[in-house]
Amino acid sequence: MFSRFRNTFKHGVHPPEHKDETNGLAIRQFSFAPVITLPTSQHLGKPSRILVREGQQVVRGQLLAEADGMMSVPLHAPVTGVLKKIANVPTISGKMTPGIFLQSLEGSSQEVIEGTPVPLDSSPEEILQGIQNAGIVGLGGAAFPTHVKLKIPKGKHCDTLLLNGVECEPFLTTDHRVMLEQPEDIFTGVRYVMKATGAQKAIIGIEANKQDAADFLKSRIPDDLPLEVRVVPVKYPQGAEKMLITSVLGVEVPSGGLPIDVNVVVINVATTAEIGRLLPHGRGIQERVITITGPGVKKKGNYLIPIGTPLRYILEEVGVEGTIKEVYMGGPMMGVAVSNLDISVTKGTSGVVVFSEKQVTTDQPEYPCIKCAACVDACPLSLNPSKLGILAKNEAYDLMADEYHLMDCFECGSCSYVCPSHIPLVQYFRISKSIVRKRAAKKQLTNA
Amino acid sequence: MLNKTLHISTSPHLTKGLTTTQIMQNVVYALLPAVGYAVYAFGLDAFLLISSTTMAAMLTEHMLCKWSHKDSTVGDWSAVITGLLLGMTLPPSFPLWMAFLGGVIAIALGKYVFGGLGNNSFNPALVGRAVLQAAFPVAITTWSTSFIPHRFTEISSSVLALPFMKPTYDAVSGATPLSAFKFDGVVADSLDLAVGMVSGSAGETNALLILLGGIYLASRKMLNWRIPVAVIGTVYVFSATLHLINPEVYPSGSFMVFSGGLMLGAVFMATDMVASPLTSLGVVIYGILIGSLIVVIRIWGGLPEGAMYAILLANAVSPHIDKLTQNRVYGT
Repeated sequence: MFSRFRNTFKHGVHPPEHKDETNGLAIRQFSFAPVITLPTSQHLGKPSRILVREGQQVVRGQLLAEADGMMSVPLHAPVTGVLKKIANVPTISGKMTPGIFLQSLEGSSQEVIEGTPVPLDSSPEEILQGIQNAGIVGLGGAAFPTHVKLKIPKGKHCDTLLLNGVECEPFLTTDHRVMLEQPEDIFTGVRYVMKATGAQKAIIGIEANKQDAADFLKSRIPDDLPLEVRVVPVKYPQGAEKMLITSVLGVEVPSGGLPIDVNVVVINVATTAEIGRLLPHGRGIQERVITITGPGVKKKGNYLIPIGTPLRYILEEVGVEGTIKEVYMGGPMMGVAVSNLDISVTKGTSGVVVFSEKQVTTDQPEYPCIKCAACVDACPLSLNPSKLGILAKNEAYDLMADEYHLMDCFECGSCSYVCPSHIPLVQYFRISKSIVRKRAAKKQLTNA
Repeated sequence: MLNKTLHISTSPHLTKGLTTTQIMQNVVYALLPAVGYAVYAFGLDAFLLISSTTMAAMLTEHMLCKWSHKDSTVGDWSAVITGLLLGMTLPPSFPLWMAFLGGVIAIALGKYVFGGLGNNSFNPALVGRAVLQAAFPVAITTWSTSFIPHRFTEISSSVLALPFMKPTYDAVSGATPLSAFKFDGVVADSLDLAVGMVSGSAGETNALLILLGGIYLASRKMLNWRIPVAVIGTVYVFSATLHLINPEVYPSGSFMVFSGGLMLGAVFMATDMVASPLTSLGVVIYGILIGSLIVVIRIWGGLPEGAMYAILLANAVSPHIDKLTQNRVYGT
């Protein structure tokens, strides 16, 4: 309401970036692991439905599982090979989900079979269908089905398409490399997405630590594409949709609302590139760019890795320093710690960060909250994490949700990052949110 | 090596690195110049006084934890701050046994009964001092002169007074600038006040060294600069306005700012993180409230000094200030 245009959002933090270690390294193709494991649930929504049977021969790019309804995407074979078995596979959440074990054929090529191309002059519905058929989800990490995100609800309209090239997580450089190496795919993707959403213009938001990517893209934009490059100051969590909208457009998304409420659709730049790369050939997604980095990795880099490659194979290939202690999928701020190296990378994996034993200090003692207000000055949503943390300890979940906007928290981790007392605030909020959601669902059930 | 068990934790996996203990340690460092000056100006008396309150505070913290079967929290350094601050607010020749009692009360009643670090509603050192002021009104307003020649070799006779016996005071007793003004209408020179050439509580006389400590902490973001700025600014503007109206009755703004416990209170006690508001607007209101109360008590109240009660009163309303000044949440 009173927000002034200030080229960035309020509050936020500045964790060490660690991007120099990989941002100069070109994307390299990764080899095929002997066995690739593909969970059917790599996206938010219903798992895909498996179409193949054990023992069947499949070729790279072939459809393995189809979308189960609207909130689902299909799954394609990342490698030519034989279907070893269909069984439960471990996932990052700790749950086992049905999946496919695919034994790759030795010496199999990078060739991908062609599907039915989706031309640029297709209707918005056809493009959205094409995006779903390609199995595309948000590659920034959330893995939300992209065709659902791009679908404009009835009564709303989209003015601006906002491309997210912020990549505010420390260590990660995948979007940076994609912007430097795949500009044509990005531009083609923008055309598809603008058509699908009806947006009249597109803006790509890039943080100042990727000035080279911003300059490069600016110099390559085709004359007929209404795309603008906007450089914003470096600050975490600028890659969050709401924060980026405020930084670039100077407006705030209403509490509990979506970007479309301010006539904006936000899409990750790598996701856009993938749309531009796959749709003209009618292919499905088989691989993605992942930054393998962290002090525990020998051959750091940005690799194009087949979906479903187990972490163990990746770490064996790149080599690790000493004994590894912690492995995160995603960045260190919002990524998830891996308990088991048999987990494979999925469509939502933007990075793998490895720490070896000596770089990790575990079990920092937790002190009481001293009301230092560091978290209050860090929260990008201007919530009061200090108060919320105390309320969570007292199990006052309803009060947290009703009066302190708990449900707006998107778990960026800024509060925990600055807390001198090492209070696991984000974890408290995660638990509190799930309890509030459960209570709401229960209430709905009893009312119905 | 890949076969090792992996350590898992919830995100974020990075921390800024600053710890609560480090903050507390830095506050202690920031207090040291003023403590050093106290010993320089008042000699052994001040040294024993501040040692006594600090040891009392640490010992109480440790024993209370022991008796309630908890890990001792004396290692977080917050008790040291309380002890130092309490000692600094007492007259240099204050009897040691009273000082020790004050330290015990500060921690037990000011902090522990509320639930320990992070839960105290009031600044613990000031709770201790308030109790001492009520219990020993004479001792706490009997001031020795600064820079007496034999201060490093001799101890004032009142310092070693036995518990519950009436302390005897040496002949050299000087009025503080505030009481001199209040009761005799004498206004001290501002420069003397700023560099501590006057009598007063052990650690409050050198305003510049206190300010220096505050600037150190503020530069390391361990102190909210808005609080001292609001307190000192309010006191200055308020009293300068009064001075402008009637210079005969009201002292100048700089006299008010540099005299008494104002600087120590504004920089180190009003800024107690636990007992002050969280929001930027809240701390400014809180500071203005403290500043106004100090002027009101000093000018129209019965006491020469008002910093202690002003801060304690503001501590009491701090949660309400917080509630009224919540930041506007994004998108609302």
